[in-house]
Amino acid sequence: MTPPGTYAWFARHEIRLFWRDWVGLLTAGRSNRLRGLVIAAVVFFSIMHLLAYAIIAPLAGEPMVPDKQTLLVVTGGLLLSLTAMISQAMDQVTKGFYARGDLDLILSSPAPANRVFAVRMGAIALATTALTLAIAGPFINALAVLDGAPWLAAYPTIVALGALSTALAILLTMGLFRGLGPKLTRTISQIVAAVIGAAFVIGVQVAAILSIGSYARLSFLGSETVVALAPELISPVWWPARAVMGDMAILAALLVAAAAVLALVVFSSAGNFGSHVIAASGVAFDQSNTRRRARRFRAGSSKQALRRKEWMALRRDPWLMSESLMQILYLLPPALLLWLNFAESIGSLLILVPIMVMAAGQLAGGLAWLAVSGEDAPELIGSAPVTLGAIIAAKIEAVLGAVALVFAPLLVGLVLAAPRLAAVAALGIAVSALSGTMIQIWFRAQAKRSRFRSRQTSSRIATMAEALSSISWAGAAALAAMGTWLAAGAAVFAVITLACAWAMSPSRSMARAYFG
Amino acid sequence: MNLQPPALEVANLTKIFDKPAVDGLNLSIDAGEFYALLGPNGAGKTTTLKIVAGLLAPNAGTVKVFGIDALADPIAAKQLIAWVPDEPMIYDKLTPFEYLEFVAGLWGMDAPSAESRASELIEWLGLGPNAHDRCQGFSRGMRQKVALAGALVHEPRLLVLDEPLTGLDAGSARQVKEVLAERREGGVAVIMTTHILEVAERMAERIGVIHEGRMIAEGTLDELRGQAGPVGDSLEDVFLHLVAEQSSAA
Repeated sequence: MTPPGTYAWFARHEIRLFWRDWVGLLTAGRSNRLRGLVIAAVVFFSIMHLLAYAIIAPLAGEPMVPDKQTLLVVTGGLLLSLTAMISQAMDQVTKGFYARGDLDLILSSPAPANRVFAVRMGAIALATTALTLAIAGPFINALAVLDGAPWLAAYPTIVALGALSTALAILLTMGLFRGLGPKLTRTISQIVAAVIGAAFVIGVQVAAILSIGSYARLSFLGSETVVALAPELISPVWWPARAVMGDMAILAALLVAAAAVLALVVFSSAGNFGSHVIAASGVAFDQSNTRRRARRFRAGSSKQALRRKEWMALRRDPWLMSESLMQILYLLPPALLLWLNFAESIGSLLILVPIMVMAAGQLAGGLAWLAVSGEDAPELIGSAPVTLGAIIAAKIEAVLGAVALVFAPLLVGLVLAAPRLAAVAALGIAVSALSGTMIQIWFRAQAKRSRFRSRQTSSRIATMAEALSSISWAGAAALAAMGTWLAAGAAVFAVITLACAWAMSPSRSMARAYFG
Repeated sequence: MNLQPPALEVANLTKIFDKPAVDGLNLSIDAGEFYALLGPNGAGKTTTLKIVAGLLAPNAGTVKVFGIDALADPIAAKQLIAWVPDEPMIYDKLTPFEYLEFVAGLWGMDAPSAESRASELIEWLGLGPNAHDRCQGFSRGMRQKVALAGALVHEPRLLVLDEPLTGLDAGSARQVKEVLAERREGGVAVIMTTHILEVAERMAERIGVIHEGRMIAEGTLDELRGQAGPVGDSLEDVFLHLVAEQSSAA
């Protein structure tokens, strides 16, 4: 039995909480789902391994050597992982500041709080690394099978990068907290984390569009221009890539350095974490900047009142807005492509259509979840003299209005450049957004808006249907833009997806019980 | 002779979840009457009120609000009802003023009269200084008062309140009680559940006691005392005796 208040005691407590949270998140609180989940995980990892093998096999004809081209591609992959890990760790550190949970109990107890914060930061490093390992694992294994065991060194290299990215995320978030204060940090940190997470992918895409005129990241990294600009082979820039490829001396140095940096950052900042948490706890009671100007009541129907409320609630929650608009970041490269090819090449603009249609479906799904499942006062709405149909119609209009606002500028640009593509894109966006919205309406389940991120766990069928429908409509739109009748096939598949989702959704009686 | 239909008429109401939550319940409330529905935890009070408010569909029975069949024409019935749950459900991102504007919009009120009514309520409930602050930092009592203002802004004829005084400080509780008494004097019928028996004793004209979904006693406090026998004068004594008697009989 570990003595209370020690690092080991706190670690045991945290591991227990983490394990129960994790199982609860994956099984949505239903114990009978655990076996199904294990089977799904096995199937998922098997498919991922097959996919990784299929991607890597054509590249592994000859033994890979650490030349500039290979080192560039490996370094690119590592940078992608690093930015994703920094983003994830920043998000977790920010949550650590603002989540109340048991912090009131811990901070009011005589136990040394810096120990629990140190343990929690260590847990963030572990969780961040574990997720990346799970995603990269199949590719590392495929490389080891096809090109030799030294590639297994990628596992400890990712562990080292996980430690470094967590340390960097802690320093960045602490810096934001000190610089901006508790009120702004939550939202800004969220946005910074998203930008960091997307920066590398978007940056490479933008560079690829500007230099070779296409999205292809791998082709870009292996292009002669980039190889010519890359540092010499002896440069320390390549050390992480060399560690991945099995250079044990560099790997050992990297691991020691990463562990030392993480330990230094964790133990030096754990003490400040408590004061930041206390400062963050005061934010909920701070009414400054939330005072509105007095104005007159606005006239309108009950549907208008509902629509206005949805837009107001979304507009005034920058955290949720940044969460739901995150995917819009990925529209920047297509926007750039549109700008560069304006009125010149319709062919290259074709790629915009499926991207916009898919993004619209996903954005609408997220917004619809907020409007329907994340409704803060369902009993008020349910007890109002408004029909279920009118309530749902108002919510659909609110969601589609917000989606239209986001996509209108791109569509206007596309109308001027290629009117036929714009028409196809507009129709695709409307249908995809409506489908995403309807799926969320069929699978609605009352939840707090703060659960927005974990909404996928409440119904995996809904999540899968939403993704499938977006992809199918995107495919249909792309084929329609190309002028082929095959588009009808993809559209039929999308409709079948929707029909299956409707058939599997909770019964109408349940739906009525929810909104009256 | 009173030709006006009862404000609320519930007959043979039954709602079954895993087991019957409400089991053949009957009750009737007149306009301008204050009715307290009492019962131990899990007796079926909230389920009954949710059915009346149109939030749950019963398995059997009828609900009439001022003569309107609430199950056949829920929209017409809801037009006359206001529901206040025990946990105030308001929007953190809206101000009290905006919340009342939204509720008035849901009930289809015209903007000028809704605004004037909202301003009155905001002042009356002491929400004036915070009328244009977002509700996100409000205390439990403030939130409850905003929810109550929302319930009153559309001038309902039947108020359905589930534990409206829970968590309120003495001052806020008194304000809410005064508002309810004033509304009742204006002809509004009130049905309320509460665990604070002194409130029921002081405010309610009639009291219904339910246990395991069935009405076990109903009437004025004197009538309940008569049904319970010589167990004490307070409603608490009467209530505990009636419930214990039913539990032992079961």
